[in-house]
Amino acid sequence: MSNNPFNDPSLAGRHRSAYLFKWFTRGSILITLAFLFFFLFDMVRTAYPAMWQAQVKVDVSYNKKSARLSQKAIDKKYRKIVSRAWLRTIPKQLEEKPELMDTTVNQWVLADDQVDQYLKGHHHKLKPKQIKVVEELKSKGLLELKWNNIFFSKGDSKIPENAGLLSAMIGSILTLLVTMFIAFPLGVATAVYLEEFAKDNWLTRFIEVNINNLAAIPSILFGLLGLAVFINLFGMPRSSPLVGGLTLALMTLPIIIVSSRAALRSVPDSIRQAGYGLGLTRVQIVQDHVIPVAFPGILTGSIIGLAQAMGETAPLIIIGMIAFIPDSPGSIFEAATVMPAQIFTWAGMPERAYIEKTAAGIVVILTILLSLNAFAIYLRKKYEIKW
Amino acid sequence: MVKTSENNNEKFIRFLLIFASVISILTTIGILFSILFQAIEFFQLRSFWYFISGTEWTPGRQDSQFGALPIFAGTLMITFLALLVAIPIGVGSAIYMSEYASRFRRNLLKPILEILAGIPTVVYGFFAALTIAPGIVEICESIGLDAAYNSALACGIVMGVMIIPVIASLSDDVLRAVPNSQRNASLALGMTHSETIRNIVVPSAMPGIISASLLGLSKAIGETMIVVMAAGLRPNLTWNPLEDMTTVTVRIVDSLVGDHAFDSPDTLSAFALGLMLFVVTLILNMLSLSQIRKFKAKYKVNTL
Repeated sequence: MSNNPFNDPSLAGRHRSAYLFKWFTRGSILITLAFLFFFLFDMVRTAYPAMWQAQVKVDVSYNKKSARLSQKAIDKKYRKIVSRAWLRTIPKQLEEKPELMDTTVNQWVLADDQVDQYLKGHHHKLKPKQIKVVEELKSKGLLELKWNNIFFSKGDSKIPENAGLLSAMIGSILTLLVTMFIAFPLGVATAVYLEEFAKDNWLTRFIEVNINNLAAIPSILFGLLGLAVFINLFGMPRSSPLVGGLTLALMTLPIIIVSSRAALRSVPDSIRQAGYGLGLTRVQIVQDHVIPVAFPGILTGSIIGLAQAMGETAPLIIIGMIAFIPDSPGSIFEAATVMPAQIFTWAGMPERAYIEKTAAGIVVILTILLSLNAFAIYLRKKYEIKW
Repeated sequence: MVKTSENNNEKFIRFLLIFASVISILTTIGILFSILFQAIEFFQLRSFWYFISGTEWTPGRQDSQFGALPIFAGTLMITFLALLVAIPIGVGSAIYMSEYASRFRRNLLKPILEILAGIPTVVYGFFAALTIAPGIVEICESIGLDAAYNSALACGIVMGVMIIPVIASLSDDVLRAVPNSQRNASLALGMTHSETIRNIVVPSAMPGIISASLLGLSKAIGETMIVVMAAGLRPNLTWNPLEDMTTVTVRIVDSLVGDHAFDSPDTLSAFALGLMLFVVTLILNMLSLSQIRKFKAKYKVNTL
């Protein structure tokens, strides 16, 4: 080796350090991936029990006494096993079906959250006596975990077994409708102006710097703007999808502008020149030829902006969209909550049963966001034009 | 006749477009002024110097004091921990994707990073509070340390993961914009692949990497949900990352969610903190933009 003129004694060390460096970079990407998969796995595992809900088959006696004091409808022994939320519906049931009066029906009803947590093997607060009753019912097959149909059909509730995501989902839809109704036209118009019409003067440059800054302002400050301007100055109703939607629209605007500009820029100049050659005006060219070609790109950017607005929580907390909303809002002026805010509220609840609900809400919102993003990528791939 | 009506139409559309563009300026002005006016009102009630240098933050009392130093310190500590996680991993991932990974792997990894970037921060917050924080408490107990359930470390780690995609994707774009002739020249001189990356490619891309890190820093300072859910409420001036700390954004949320009168110093203090946040993130964004402009000017790239 020593008489090889090309031998460099430092080479072994250099190769070792090259090898280590490569593993450092590979390691960092692996850590990122590992975190993502651990995180998704942890969420799905925590959310999984929320698919089922304990139900119990008991005799429910409908009579005058139970109409007044609904607890009396259930035998004293099983009273603690049945959900308080279900008991509260007894007067309403009697109102809807008067023929139930003075009958006793043996039926499946919602069980209490502590029983539910006991059956799922989580931490619970049942007393030994209650556990005996629960075990007895379970062995007779009168207490089962059944498919949870409350989660998507009911709104929020202070009683964990009765809490669902429906009102938050409707709130999210209303809020995002307002957001897109404002942000999409404004964002596309701004992009069209900056790309197709604007001269390079101070106003244009100022707008560009502004948009860049707006994209990087912390979202919570948009909440302060919403509070100070929309609620206190304009007097719009607090906690309403209108205010939430407007606030989110201002946040989404820069994303839509930037992606729409990129889409417009990718339209080749030959199309515009052909239009001029045929004697069209600038507005006609943009409206009938440039925008249709750029539209898939504009749509992709808008969907990504929509997905981001959907997951945003901080500004909505500031404008009061974390109120307790058991019923779905009927219009954009009523108090509402949105999905991420509902997740935040549930995460702060002391009862153990809310943890799985929170995780289930997270799985729902992640599924929606991932499908939106996948749809955006599909659109981009399908309508991508190579000039 | 036809011509003039068309001209009017064109003028009208042009006016509409300009109007739309001005909305973005109005938004910035709106944010600035809505915060500024309330903040000025706050500083008329309480001293500005005590606000930036005092150590007692006691809202909700008769003789309430607003010294935000422990809040700033908590913010900086959590942000620092986040960057400690995010810069090495983010830049490392970017180097792997731009220099080592095959086309196929790169096309696979980019969307995965986009997924990570698309996860709502409230979800990260729940994950930090439910999984990471108790995990840290357990690990610390096993080695005989005392950690709080809302420790700054848990927030810092999760926030770091949150800004990995920000740093990685911008750094990746910058590294790929470094001209190939530089790599080839270095390899031709007998440098190893990793020496080329470390001594040639990364230094060339440095303005871009700094810009990405500044952007990550500004994101971390302004991040709200992770700290609201996983950090403490108590202003705590300490160097120990295992203790609970609070941040600017936590205090803003806390003082606006309660039932205070709108013109009480408790509520107005949120706007004073918001003003600080606005100024700091604005400066960081400006610095970040100027760095990336430097890189663009040097290599004459327009795609960034």
